[in-house]
Amino acid sequence: MPDPSGATSTLTSAPPPPPAGDKAPTTRVPRRKRPFGRRLVSGVSSLWLLVAIAILWQVVATLSPTLYFPPLSKIFVQFGQDWFTGDPSSLFLSQHFFDAALPSLRRLAQGWGLALVVGIPVGILLGRSAVAAAMYFPFIRFWLAEPKSAIIPVAVQIFGIADSMNVFLIFVGTVGLIIVNTADGVAGVDRMTLQTARSLRISPFTLYRRVLVPAAMPGILTGVRVSIGVALILMVISELYATTAGVGYEILLNQQSFKFLQMWSAFLLIGVISVLLNVVLELIEKRVLRWQRREGLSGQ
Amino acid sequence: MDLHVEGVKKVYGDGPTARLALDETSFTVESGQFISIVGPSGCGKSTLLMMMAGLLKPTAGGIRLGSTPISGPPPGVAVVFQDYGRSLFPWMTVGKNLSMAAAADKLPKAEVARRVDEALTAVDLAGTQALYPWQMSGGMQQRVAIARALVVEPTVMLMDEPLAAVDAQTRADLEDLVLALRDRYDMTVAMVTHDIDEAVYVADRVIVLAAHPGRLIADIPVDLGRRDQLTTKAEPEFVKRRAEVFTLVRRPAATSSAGSDAELDGRPSELKA
Repeated sequence: MPDPSGATSTLTSAPPPPPAGDKAPTTRVPRRKRPFGRRLVSGVSSLWLLVAIAILWQVVATLSPTLYFPPLSKIFVQFGQDWFTGDPSSLFLSQHFFDAALPSLRRLAQGWGLALVVGIPVGILLGRSAVAAAMYFPFIRFWLAEPKSAIIPVAVQIFGIADSMNVFLIFVGTVGLIIVNTADGVAGVDRMTLQTARSLRISPFTLYRRVLVPAAMPGILTGVRVSIGVALILMVISELYATTAGVGYEILLNQQSFKFLQMWSAFLLIGVISVLLNVVLELIEKRVLRWQRREGLSGQ
Repeated sequence: MDLHVEGVKKVYGDGPTARLALDETSFTVESGQFISIVGPSGCGKSTLLMMMAGLLKPTAGGIRLGSTPISGPPPGVAVVFQDYGRSLFPWMTVGKNLSMAAAADKLPKAEVARRVDEALTAVDLAGTQALYPWQMSGGMQQRVAIARALVVEPTVMLMDEPLAAVDAQTRADLEDLVLALRDRYDMTVAMVTHDIDEAVYVADRVIVLAAHPGRLIADIPVDLGRRDQLTTKAEPEFVKRRAEVFTLVRRPAATSSAGSDAELDGRPSELKA
Protein backbone atom coordinates (compact mmCIF):
# COMPACT_ATOMS: atom_id res chain seq x y z
CA MET A 1 0.00 0.00 0.00
CA PRO A 2 1.31 3.44 -0.89
CA ASP A 3 2.02 5.65 2.08
CA PRO A 4 -1.32 7.30 2.94
CA SER A 5 0.31 10.59 3.75
CA GLY A 6 1.98 10.52 0.34
CA ALA A 7 -1.41 9.99 -1.25
CA THR A 8 -2.79 12.93 0.67
CA SER A 9 -0.09 15.27 -0.46
CA THR A 10 -1.05 14.76 -4.10
CA LEU A 11 -4.35 16.50 -3.40
CA THR A 12 -4.30 20.12 -4.33
CA SER A 13 -5.48 21.51 -1.05
CA ALA A 14 -4.00 18.77 1.13
CA PRO A 15 -6.64 18.06 3.78
CA PRO A 16 -5.34 16.91 7.16
CA PRO A 17 -4.65 13.18 7.22
CA PRO A 18 -7.50 11.14 8.65
CA PRO A 19 -7.27 10.15 12.30
CA ALA A 20 -5.25 7.03 12.95
CA GLY A 21 -8.34 4.99 13.78
CA ASP A 22 -9.69 5.64 10.33
CA LYS A 23 -6.74 4.12 8.44
CA ALA A 24 -7.60 1.57 5.83
CA PRO A 25 -6.88 -2.01 6.82
CA THR A 26 -5.22 -3.62 3.84
CA THR A 27 -5.63 -7.23 4.84
CA ARG A 28 -8.73 -9.23 5.57
CA VAL A 29 -9.66 -9.55 9.18
CA PRO A 30 -8.32 -12.91 10.39
CA ARG A 31 -10.95 -15.20 11.88
CA ARG A 32 -9.96 -16.14 15.41
CA LYS A 33 -10.15 -19.86 15.96
CA ARG A 34 -12.02 -20.87 19.07
CA PRO A 35 -9.91 -22.70 21.65
CA PHE A 36 -10.00 -26.49 21.53
CA GLY A 37 -11.79 -26.84 24.88
CA ARG A 38 -14.65 -24.65 23.74
CA ARG A 39 -15.00 -26.53 20.49
CA LEU A 40 -15.02 -29.85 22.33
CA VAL A 41 -17.78 -28.65 24.62
CA SER A 42 -19.92 -27.37 21.77
CA GLY A 43 -19.29 -30.59 19.82
CA VAL A 44 -20.38 -32.73 22.75
CA SER A 45 -23.39 -30.58 23.54
CA SER A 46 -24.67 -30.81 19.98
CA LEU A 47 -24.28 -34.58 19.73
CA TRP A 48 -25.27 -35.81 23.19
CA LEU A 49 -28.92 -36.48 22.41
CA LEU A 50 -28.09 -38.51 19.31
CA VAL A 51 -25.57 -40.56 21.28
CA ALA A 52 -27.98 -41.01 24.21
CA ILE A 53 -30.74 -42.31 21.94
CA ALA A 54 -28.32 -44.70 20.24
CA ILE A 55 -27.13 -46.09 23.57
CA LEU A 56 -30.68 -46.40 24.89
CA TRP A 57 -31.75 -48.23 21.73
CA GLN A 58 -28.76 -50.57 21.94
CA VAL A 59 -29.34 -51.38 25.62
CA VAL A 60 -33.12 -51.90 25.37
CA ALA A 61 -32.85 -53.94 22.17
CA THR A 62 -30.18 -56.19 23.70
CA LEU A 63 -31.98 -56.70 27.03
CA SER A 64 -35.41 -57.47 25.57
CA PRO A 65 -35.00 -58.53 21.96
CA THR A 66 -37.90 -57.97 19.61
CA LEU A 67 -38.17 -58.67 15.92
CA TYR A 68 -39.01 -55.06 15.04
CA PHE A 69 -36.18 -53.26 16.80
CA PRO A 70 -32.92 -55.15 16.32
CA PRO A 71 -29.90 -53.78 18.25
CA LEU A 72 -28.35 -50.75 16.62
CA SER A 73 -24.98 -52.48 16.31
CA LYS A 74 -26.55 -55.12 14.07
CA ILE A 75 -28.27 -52.46 12.00
CA PHE A 76 -24.92 -50.77 11.46
CA VAL A 77 -23.35 -54.04 10.37
CA GLN A 78 -26.25 -54.62 7.99
CA PHE A 79 -25.89 -51.03 6.77
CA GLY A 80 -22.26 -51.68 5.89
CA GLN A 81 -23.07 -54.97 4.18
CA ASP A 82 -25.95 -53.53 2.22
CA TRP A 83 -24.37 -50.40 0.86
CA PHE A 84 -20.59 -50.41 1.35
CA THR A 85 -19.25 -53.71 0.04
CA GLY A 86 -18.31 -52.44 -3.40
CA ASP A 87 -15.02 -51.69 -5.13
CA PRO A 88 -12.80 -48.82 -4.13
CA SER A 89 -13.30 -47.68 -7.74
CA SER A 90 -16.97 -47.04 -6.98
CA LEU A 91 -16.26 -45.37 -3.63
CA PHE A 92 -16.93 -48.74 -1.91
CA LEU A 93 -20.60 -48.39 -2.77
CA SER A 94 -22.21 -51.75 -3.45
CA GLN A 95 -24.19 -52.81 -6.50
CA HIS A 96 -27.20 -52.89 -4.22
CA PHE A 97 -26.68 -49.21 -3.48
CA PHE A 98 -26.71 -48.38 -7.17
CA ASP A 99 -29.81 -50.49 -7.74
CA ALA A 100 -31.72 -49.00 -4.84
CA ALA A 101 -30.47 -45.45 -4.27
CA LEU A 102 -29.58 -44.36 -7.76
CA PRO A 103 -33.16 -44.41 -9.10
CA SER A 104 -34.25 -42.32 -6.11
CA LEU A 105 -31.43 -39.83 -6.53
CA ARG A 106 -32.05 -39.59 -10.25
CA ARG A 107 -35.71 -38.76 -9.69
CA LEU A 108 -34.76 -36.24 -7.04
CA ALA A 109 -32.23 -34.60 -9.33
CA GLN A 110 -34.67 -34.45 -12.23
CA GLY A 111 -37.71 -33.25 -10.29
CA TRP A 112 -35.97 -30.84 -7.99
CA GLY A 113 -33.51 -29.71 -10.66
CA LEU A 114 -36.38 -28.89 -13.00
CA ALA A 115 -38.11 -27.02 -10.16
CA LEU A 116 -34.98 -24.89 -9.67
CA VAL A 117 -34.55 -24.22 -13.38
CA VAL A 118 -38.20 -23.18 -13.72
CA GLY A 119 -38.81 -21.71 -10.27
CA ILE A 120 -35.92 -19.28 -9.97
CA PRO A 121 -36.48 -17.40 -13.26
CA VAL A 122 -40.26 -17.38 -12.75
CA GLY A 123 -39.76 -16.13 -9.21
CA ILE A 124 -37.47 -13.35 -10.42
CA LEU A 125 -40.04 -12.22 -12.98
CA LEU A 126 -42.87 -12.30 -10.44
CA GLY A 127 -40.71 -10.40 -7.97
CA ARG A 128 -40.04 -7.68 -10.54
CA SER A 129 -43.56 -7.23 -11.84
CA ALA A 130 -46.39 -6.33 -9.49
CA VAL A 131 -48.88 -7.13 -12.27
CA ALA A 132 -47.51 -10.62 -12.86
CA ALA A 133 -47.40 -11.21 -9.11
CA ALA A 134 -51.05 -10.20 -8.76
CA MET A 135 -51.95 -12.53 -11.64
CA TYR A 136 -50.16 -15.64 -10.47
CA PHE A 137 -49.65 -15.42 -6.72
CA PRO A 138 -53.20 -16.41 -5.68
CA PHE A 139 -52.85 -19.64 -7.62
CA ILE A 140 -49.35 -20.32 -6.33
CA ARG A 141 -50.39 -19.69 -2.73
CA PHE A 142 -53.33 -22.05 -3.13
CA TRP A 143 -50.96 -24.60 -4.59
CA LEU A 144 -48.57 -24.18 -1.66
CA ALA A 145 -51.36 -24.88 0.81
CA GLU A 146 -52.37 -28.12 -0.90
CA PRO A 147 -50.66 -31.13 0.77
CA LYS A 148 -48.70 -32.58 -2.12
CA SER A 149 -49.04 -36.17 -0.94
CA ALA A 150 -52.72 -35.87 -1.82
CA ILE A 151 -51.73 -35.63 -5.47
CA ILE A 152 -50.01 -39.00 -5.57
CA PRO A 153 -53.11 -40.92 -6.69
CA VAL A 154 -53.74 -38.30 -9.36
CA ALA A 155 -50.13 -38.48 -10.50
CA VAL A 156 -50.32 -42.27 -10.70
CA GLN A 157 -53.51 -41.89 -12.69
CA ILE A 158 -51.74 -39.68 -15.19
CA PHE A 159 -48.28 -41.22 -15.40
CA GLY A 160 -48.82 -44.78 -14.22
CA ILE A 161 -46.17 -46.54 -12.14
CA ALA A 162 -43.20 -44.90 -13.82
CA ASP A 163 -40.27 -42.66 -12.95
CA SER A 164 -42.09 -39.73 -14.50
CA MET A 165 -44.69 -39.97 -11.73
CA ASN A 166 -42.06 -39.52 -9.00
CA VAL A 167 -40.31 -36.77 -10.93
CA PHE A 168 -43.59 -34.97 -11.53
CA LEU A 169 -44.52 -35.16 -7.88
CA ILE A 170 -41.17 -33.79 -6.69
CA PHE A 171 -41.37 -31.03 -9.27
CA VAL A 172 -44.87 -29.82 -8.44
CA GLY A 173 -44.18 -30.17 -4.75
CA THR A 174 -41.13 -27.91 -4.74
CA VAL A 175 -41.49 -25.43 -7.60
CA GLY A 176 -44.00 -23.25 -5.73
CA LEU A 177 -41.71 -22.91 -2.71
CA ILE A 178 -38.84 -21.86 -4.91
CA ILE A 179 -40.97 -19.36 -6.84
CA VAL A 180 -42.41 -17.72 -3.73
CA ASN A 181 -39.11 -17.41 -1.88
CA THR A 182 -37.30 -16.12 -4.96
CA ALA A 183 -40.05 -13.59 -5.69
CA ASP A 184 -39.97 -12.39 -2.08
CA GLY A 185 -36.21 -12.00 -2.27
CA VAL A 186 -36.38 -10.01 -5.51
CA ALA A 187 -39.31 -7.84 -4.43
CA GLY A 188 -37.48 -7.07 -1.19
CA VAL A 189 -34.39 -5.65 -2.87
CA ASP A 190 -33.67 -2.24 -1.36
CA ARG A 191 -35.09 0.70 -3.34
CA MET A 192 -31.81 2.48 -2.73
CA THR A 193 -29.91 -0.38 -4.36
CA LEU A 194 -32.03 -0.08 -7.48
CA GLN A 195 -31.70 3.70 -7.57
CA THR A 196 -27.93 3.41 -7.26
CA ALA A 197 -27.87 0.87 -10.08
CA ARG A 198 -29.92 3.24 -12.24
CA SER A 199 -27.60 6.14 -11.57
CA LEU A 200 -24.66 3.96 -12.66
CA ARG A 201 -26.48 3.44 -15.98
CA ILE A 202 -25.82 -0.28 -16.07
CA SER A 203 -27.50 -2.42 -18.72
CA PRO A 204 -30.60 -4.48 -17.88
CA PHE A 205 -28.58 -7.68 -18.23
CA THR A 206 -25.92 -6.45 -15.81
CA LEU A 207 -28.65 -5.22 -13.50
CA TYR A 208 -30.07 -8.72 -13.22
CA ARG A 209 -26.76 -10.56 -13.11
CA ARG A 210 -24.72 -8.32 -10.86
CA VAL A 211 -27.35 -6.55 -8.74
CA LEU A 212 -30.82 -8.09 -8.57
CA VAL A 213 -29.86 -11.75 -8.35
CA PRO A 214 -27.08 -11.25 -5.78
CA ALA A 215 -29.30 -8.95 -3.72
CA ALA A 216 -32.10 -11.53 -3.82
CA MET A 217 -29.74 -14.44 -3.18
CA PRO A 218 -30.65 -14.86 0.50
CA GLY A 219 -34.30 -15.33 -0.51
CA ILE A 220 -33.42 -17.59 -3.42
CA LEU A 221 -31.28 -19.83 -1.23
CA THR A 222 -34.00 -20.00 1.42
CA GLY A 223 -36.26 -21.44 -1.26
CA VAL A 224 -33.56 -23.90 -2.28
CA ARG A 225 -32.99 -25.06 1.29
CA VAL A 226 -36.66 -25.37 2.22
CA SER A 227 -37.51 -27.15 -1.00
CA ILE A 228 -34.83 -29.84 -0.70
CA GLY A 229 -36.53 -31.05 2.49
CA VAL A 230 -39.89 -31.26 0.74
CA ALA A 231 -38.27 -32.89 -2.28
CA LEU A 232 -36.78 -35.64 -0.10
CA ILE A 233 -40.11 -36.28 1.61
CA LEU A 234 -41.91 -36.55 -1.72
CA MET A 235 -39.17 -38.76 -3.13
CA VAL A 236 -39.70 -41.27 -0.33
CA ILE A 237 -43.50 -41.02 -0.14
CA SER A 238 -43.96 -41.50 -3.84
CA GLU A 239 -41.76 -44.60 -3.64
CA LEU A 240 -43.75 -45.99 -0.72
CA TYR A 241 -46.92 -45.58 -2.71
CA ALA A 242 -46.03 -47.01 -6.06
CA THR A 243 -42.71 -47.89 -7.60
CA THR A 244 -40.45 -50.80 -8.40
CA ALA A 245 -37.12 -49.44 -7.16
CA GLY A 246 -35.73 -46.81 -4.84
CA VAL A 247 -34.86 -46.30 -1.19
CA GLY A 248 -38.48 -45.84 -0.13
CA TYR A 249 -39.36 -49.01 -1.98
CA GLU A 250 -36.54 -50.81 -0.09
CA ILE A 251 -38.07 -49.87 3.24
CA LEU A 252 -41.53 -50.99 2.21
CA LEU A 253 -40.35 -54.24 0.62
CA ASN A 254 -38.23 -55.24 3.61
CA GLN A 255 -40.94 -54.33 6.07
CA GLN A 256 -43.48 -56.41 4.20
CA SER A 257 -41.09 -59.39 4.03
CA PHE A 258 -40.18 -59.11 7.74
CA LYS A 259 -36.54 -58.22 6.98
CA PHE A 260 -36.35 -55.61 9.69
CA LEU A 261 -32.58 -55.35 9.71
CA GLN A 262 -32.62 -54.45 6.02
CA MET A 263 -35.56 -52.11 6.58
CA TRP A 264 -33.66 -50.16 9.21
CA SER A 265 -30.56 -50.18 7.07
CA ALA A 266 -32.52 -48.56 4.21
CA PHE A 267 -34.01 -46.11 6.69
CA LEU A 268 -30.53 -45.15 7.82
CA LEU A 269 -29.38 -44.71 4.22
CA ILE A 270 -32.15 -42.17 3.58
CA GLY A 271 -31.10 -40.32 6.70
CA VAL A 272 -27.47 -40.22 5.59
CA ILE A 273 -28.37 -39.03 2.10
CA SER A 274 -30.61 -36.28 3.50
CA VAL A 275 -28.01 -35.06 5.95
CA LEU A 276 -25.32 -35.03 3.25
CA LEU A 277 -27.51 -33.04 0.87
CA ASN A 278 -28.34 -30.52 3.56
CA VAL A 279 -24.72 -30.14 4.58
CA VAL A 280 -23.67 -29.55 0.97
CA LEU A 281 -26.39 -26.93 0.52
CA GLU A 282 -25.40 -25.23 3.75
CA LEU A 283 -21.78 -25.05 2.59
CA ILE A 284 -22.85 -23.59 -0.75
CA GLU A 285 -25.04 -21.05 1.03
CA LYS A 286 -22.23 -20.02 3.36
CA ARG A 287 -19.89 -19.60 0.45
CA VAL A 288 -22.33 -17.65 -1.75
CA LEU A 289 -23.52 -15.41 1.08
CA ARG A 290 -20.15 -14.81 2.68
CA TRP A 291 -20.63 -11.10 2.05
CA GLN A 292 -23.50 -11.19 4.51
CA ARG A 293 -21.22 -11.40 7.53
CA ARG A 294 -22.02 -7.82 8.37
CA GLU A 295 -21.49 -8.06 12.08
CA GLY A 296 -18.15 -7.03 13.54
CA LEU A 297 -15.91 -4.11 12.60
CA SER A 298 -18.12 -1.26 11.47
CA GLY A 299 -21.03 -2.52 13.55
CA GLN A 300 -23.45 -0.19 11.84
CA MET B 1 -20.80 22.13 -19.12
CA ASP B 2 -23.38 24.40 -17.55
CA LEU B 3 -26.31 22.75 -15.86
CA HIS B 4 -29.57 24.55 -16.55
CA VAL B 5 -32.58 24.03 -14.30
CA GLU B 6 -35.51 25.54 -16.18
CA GLY B 7 -38.91 26.00 -14.58
CA VAL B 8 -38.71 22.63 -12.90
CA LYS B 9 -41.70 21.59 -10.84
CA LYS B 10 -42.51 18.34 -9.10
CA VAL B 11 -45.88 17.10 -7.92
CA TYR B 12 -46.09 13.74 -6.16
CA GLY B 13 -49.28 11.75 -6.68
CA ASP B 14 -52.38 13.13 -8.36
CA GLY B 15 -55.97 14.07 -7.66
CA PRO B 16 -56.91 15.22 -4.18
CA THR B 17 -53.82 13.63 -2.58
CA ALA B 18 -51.38 15.40 -4.89
CA ARG B 19 -48.57 17.10 -3.06
CA LEU B 20 -46.47 19.87 -4.53
CA ALA B 21 -42.90 19.00 -3.56
CA LEU B 22 -41.15 21.68 -5.56
CA ASP B 23 -42.64 24.69 -7.25
CA GLU B 24 -41.27 26.18 -10.47
CA THR B 25 -37.57 26.59 -9.94
CA SER B 26 -34.94 27.92 -12.31
CA PHE B 27 -31.22 28.48 -11.95
CA THR B 28 -28.02 27.68 -13.77
CA VAL B 29 -24.94 26.05 -12.36
CA GLU B 30 -21.96 27.23 -14.33
CA SER B 31 -19.26 24.84 -15.34
CA GLY B 32 -16.83 24.22 -12.50
CA GLN B 33 -19.02 25.87 -9.92
CA PHE B 34 -19.71 24.33 -6.51
CA ILE B 35 -23.24 24.99 -5.32
CA SER B 36 -24.91 23.85 -2.19
CA ILE B 37 -28.65 23.50 -1.83
CA VAL B 38 -30.08 24.14 1.63
CA GLY B 39 -33.51 24.44 3.14
CA PRO B 40 -35.68 23.07 5.91
CA SER B 41 -36.94 19.52 5.64
CA GLY B 42 -39.76 19.20 3.15
CA CYS B 43 -38.38 21.92 0.89
CA GLY B 44 -37.79 19.49 -1.95
CA LYS B 45 -34.00 19.76 -2.01
CA SER B 46 -33.46 16.04 -2.48
CA THR B 47 -36.25 15.94 -5.03
CA LEU B 48 -34.50 18.71 -6.94
CA LEU B 49 -31.19 16.86 -6.88
CA MET B 50 -32.77 13.58 -8.01
CA MET B 51 -34.30 15.40 -10.96
CA MET B 52 -30.92 16.90 -11.82
CA ALA B 53 -29.54 13.34 -11.69
CA GLY B 54 -32.21 12.13 -14.12
CA LEU B 55 -33.52 9.70 -11.50
CA LEU B 56 -36.82 11.54 -11.15
CA LYS B 57 -38.96 13.09 -13.86
CA PRO B 58 -40.05 16.70 -13.35
CA THR B 59 -43.81 17.25 -13.59
CA ALA B 60 -43.11 20.42 -15.56
CA GLY B 61 -40.06 22.19 -16.88
CA GLY B 62 -36.79 20.57 -17.73
CA ILE B 63 -33.10 20.29 -17.02
CA ARG B 64 -30.33 20.59 -19.57
CA LEU B 65 -26.71 19.63 -19.31
CA GLY B 66 -25.07 21.95 -21.81
CA SER B 67 -27.55 21.68 -24.67
CA THR B 68 -28.68 18.12 -23.93
CA PRO B 69 -31.97 17.72 -22.10
CA ILE B 70 -31.76 15.25 -19.20
CA SER B 71 -34.30 12.45 -19.51
CA GLY B 72 -32.50 9.72 -17.59
CA PRO B 73 -29.21 9.36 -15.75
CA PRO B 74 -26.85 11.11 -18.21
CA PRO B 75 -23.27 10.04 -18.86
CA GLY B 76 -20.70 12.11 -17.03
CA VAL B 77 -23.00 12.81 -14.10
CA ALA B 78 -22.24 10.93 -10.89
CA VAL B 79 -24.44 10.74 -7.82
CA VAL B 80 -23.38 10.26 -4.20
CA PHE B 81 -26.25 9.23 -1.96
CA GLN B 82 -26.68 9.99 1.69
CA ASP B 83 -27.13 6.41 2.76
CA TYR B 84 -23.77 4.90 1.84
CA GLY B 85 -24.63 1.72 3.75
CA ARG B 86 -27.42 0.98 1.31
CA SER B 87 -25.93 2.48 -1.79
CA LEU B 88 -22.74 0.42 -1.85
CA PHE B 89 -23.43 -3.14 -2.99
CA PRO B 90 -22.60 -5.28 0.05
CA TRP B 91 -21.98 -8.45 -2.01
CA MET B 92 -19.18 -6.77 -3.92
CA THR B 93 -15.73 -5.86 -2.72
CA VAL B 94 -14.70 -2.22 -2.80
CA GLY B 95 -12.87 -2.86 -6.09
CA LYS B 96 -15.93 -4.46 -7.71
CA ASN B 97 -18.19 -1.69 -6.43
CA LEU B 98 -15.99 0.84 -8.13
CA SER B 99 -15.45 -0.99 -11.40
CA MET B 100 -19.23 -1.47 -11.58
CA ALA B 101 -19.54 2.28 -12.09
CA ALA B 102 -17.41 2.04 -15.22
CA ALA B 103 -19.39 -0.89 -16.65
CA ALA B 104 -21.72 1.34 -18.63
CA ASP B 105 -18.83 3.07 -20.37
CA LYS B 106 -17.41 -0.20 -21.76
CA LEU B 107 -13.82 0.78 -21.01
CA PRO B 108 -10.85 -1.56 -21.40
CA LYS B 109 -10.05 -3.54 -18.27
CA ALA B 110 -6.71 -1.87 -17.65
CA GLU B 111 -8.28 1.58 -17.87
CA VAL B 112 -10.97 0.61 -15.36
CA ALA B 113 -8.32 -0.73 -12.99
CA ARG B 114 -6.32 2.46 -13.36
CA ARG B 115 -9.34 4.64 -12.63
CA VAL B 116 -10.37 2.55 -9.65
CA ASP B 117 -6.86 2.85 -8.29
CA GLU B 118 -6.76 6.58 -8.88
CA ALA B 119 -10.19 7.16 -7.32
CA LEU B 120 -9.31 5.19 -4.21
CA THR B 121 -6.02 7.03 -3.91
CA ALA B 122 -7.86 10.33 -4.26
CA VAL B 123 -10.05 9.51 -1.26
CA ASP B 124 -7.05 8.17 0.66
CA LEU B 125 -8.15 4.55 0.54
CA ALA B 126 -5.51 3.18 -1.83
CA GLY B 127 -5.15 -0.58 -1.75
CA THR B 128 -8.53 -1.37 -0.21
CA GLN B 129 -9.94 -3.06 -3.34
CA ALA B 130 -10.24 -6.49 -1.70
CA LEU B 131 -12.20 -5.32 1.35
CA TYR B 132 -15.95 -5.62 1.67
CA PRO B 133 -17.83 -2.43 2.63
CA TRP B 134 -18.93 -3.94 5.93
CA GLN B 135 -15.31 -4.27 6.97
CA MET B 136 -14.97 -0.48 6.94
CA SER B 137 -16.08 2.34 9.20
CA GLY B 138 -18.90 4.66 8.18
CA GLY B 139 -16.57 7.45 7.10
CA MET B 140 -14.54 5.04 4.99
CA GLN B 141 -17.67 3.66 3.36
CA GLN B 142 -18.79 7.13 2.38
CA ARG B 143 -15.35 7.78 0.90
CA VAL B 144 -15.75 4.58 -1.12
CA ALA B 145 -19.11 5.87 -2.34
CA ILE B 146 -17.44 9.13 -3.36
CA ALA B 147 -14.63 7.21 -5.07
CA ARG B 148 -17.21 5.23 -7.01
CA ALA B 149 -18.61 8.50 -8.32
CA LEU B 150 -15.11 9.52 -9.42
CA VAL B 151 -14.52 6.36 -11.46
CA VAL B 152 -16.66 7.65 -14.33
CA GLU B 153 -14.50 10.81 -14.30
CA PRO B 154 -17.64 12.90 -14.10
CA THR B 155 -18.07 16.45 -15.27
CA VAL B 156 -20.89 16.89 -12.77
CA MET B 157 -21.09 15.40 -9.30
CA LEU B 158 -24.39 15.51 -7.44
CA MET B 159 -24.34 14.79 -3.72
CA ASP B 160 -27.42 14.18 -1.61
CA GLU B 161 -26.55 14.99 2.01
CA PRO B 162 -23.38 12.95 1.63
CA LEU B 163 -22.02 13.85 5.05
CA ALA B 164 -25.18 13.71 7.13
CA ALA B 165 -24.46 10.28 8.57
CA VAL B 166 -20.86 10.64 9.68
CA ASP B 167 -19.36 12.07 12.86
CA ALA B 168 -18.19 15.69 13.11
CA GLN B 169 -14.45 15.04 12.71
CA THR B 170 -14.95 12.79 9.67
CA ARG B 171 -17.35 15.34 8.32
CA ALA B 172 -14.82 18.16 8.42
CA ASP B 173 -12.26 15.92 6.71
CA LEU B 174 -14.74 14.92 4.02
CA GLU B 175 -15.72 18.56 3.35
CA ASP B 176 -12.11 19.33 2.53
CA LEU B 177 -11.80 16.11 0.59
CA VAL B 178 -14.77 16.99 -1.60
CA LEU B 179 -13.32 20.44 -2.25
CA ALA B 180 -9.97 18.93 -3.20
CA LEU B 181 -11.65 16.42 -5.49
CA ARG B 182 -13.57 19.15 -7.24
CA ASP B 183 -10.25 20.77 -8.21
CA ARG B 184 -8.51 17.51 -9.00
CA TYR B 185 -11.26 16.17 -11.25
CA ASP B 186 -12.37 19.60 -12.48
CA MET B 187 -16.03 18.97 -11.72
CA THR B 188 -19.20 20.94 -11.34
CA VAL B 189 -20.65 19.99 -7.95
CA ALA B 190 -24.11 20.35 -6.48
CA MET B 191 -24.46 19.27 -2.89
CA VAL B 192 -27.64 19.05 -0.87
CA THR B 193 -27.18 19.59 2.85
CA HIS B 194 -29.21 20.62 5.86
CA ASP B 195 -26.14 22.01 7.58
CA ILE B 196 -25.84 25.76 7.01
CA ASP B 197 -22.19 26.01 8.06
CA GLU B 198 -21.31 23.26 5.67
CA ALA B 199 -23.33 24.80 2.86
CA VAL B 200 -21.47 28.10 3.14
CA TYR B 201 -18.08 26.51 3.78
CA VAL B 202 -17.93 24.36 0.65
CA ALA B 203 -19.85 26.31 -1.93
CA ASP B 204 -19.32 29.17 -4.37
CA ARG B 205 -23.06 29.68 -4.26
CA VAL B 206 -25.80 28.70 -1.87
CA ILE B 207 -29.26 27.98 -3.24
CA VAL B 208 -31.82 28.40 -0.47
CA LEU B 209 -35.17 26.67 -0.70
CA ALA B 210 -38.25 27.20 1.45
CA ALA B 211 -40.77 24.51 2.34
CA HIS B 212 -44.49 23.95 1.78
CA PRO B 213 -44.31 24.17 -1.07
CA GLY B 214 -40.64 23.76 -1.86
CA ARG B 215 -39.38 26.73 -3.86
CA LEU B 216 -36.26 28.76 -4.47
CA ILE B 217 -36.11 31.83 -2.26
CA ALA B 218 -32.51 32.96 -2.51
CA ASP B 219 -29.33 32.46 -4.48
CA ILE B 220 -26.40 33.68 -2.43
CA PRO B 221 -22.84 33.98 -3.75
CA VAL B 222 -20.02 33.10 -1.37
CA ASP B 223 -16.64 34.67 -1.99
CA LEU B 224 -14.19 32.91 0.25
CA GLY B 225 -11.20 31.74 -1.76
CA ARG B 226 -9.30 28.75 -0.41
CA ARG B 227 -11.09 27.11 2.50
CA ASP B 228 -9.51 26.14 5.75
CA GLN B 229 -11.31 24.52 8.65
CA LEU B 230 -9.47 26.69 11.18
CA THR B 231 -9.66 30.18 9.73
CA THR B 232 -12.43 30.25 7.10
CA LYS B 233 -15.27 30.05 9.58
CA ALA B 234 -13.95 33.16 11.34
CA GLU B 235 -13.76 35.31 8.20
CA PRO B 236 -16.24 38.19 7.98
CA GLU B 237 -17.54 36.95 4.60
CA PHE B 238 -18.31 33.52 6.06
CA VAL B 239 -20.02 34.99 9.12
CA LYS B 240 -22.09 37.33 6.98
CA ARG B 241 -23.18 34.68 4.46
CA ARG B 242 -23.86 32.20 7.20
CA ALA B 243 -26.15 34.68 8.99
CA GLU B 244 -27.89 35.45 5.72
CA VAL B 245 -28.58 31.82 4.91
CA PHE B 246 -29.50 31.08 8.50
CA THR B 247 -32.15 33.81 8.55
CA LEU B 248 -33.63 32.60 5.28
CA VAL B 249 -33.79 28.97 6.31
CA ARG B 250 -35.24 29.68 9.74
CA ARG B 251 -37.78 32.28 8.61
CA PRO B 252 -41.35 30.99 8.67
CA ALA B 253 -42.38 30.05 5.15
CA ALA B 254 -45.39 32.41 5.13
CA THR B 255 -43.32 35.56 5.34
CA SER B 256 -40.71 34.56 2.79
CA SER B 257 -40.32 36.74 -0.25
CA ALA B 258 -41.11 34.31 -3.05
CA GLY B 259 -42.54 36.78 -5.50
CA SER B 260 -43.56 34.20 -8.06
CA ASP B 261 -46.05 32.48 -5.78
CA ALA B 262 -49.06 34.48 -6.87
CA GLU B 263 -49.00 33.49 -10.51
CA LEU B 264 -48.96 29.76 -9.90
CA ASP B 265 -52.07 27.79 -10.47
CA GLY B 266 -53.06 24.21 -9.86
CA ARG B 267 -51.12 24.14 -6.62
CA PRO B 268 -52.90 22.19 -3.92
CA SER B 269 -53.69 25.08 -1.62
CA GLU B 270 -53.81 23.34 1.73
CA LEU B 271 -50.48 21.65 2.06
CA LYS B 272 -50.23 19.76 5.24
CA ALA B 273 -47.26 20.71 7.32
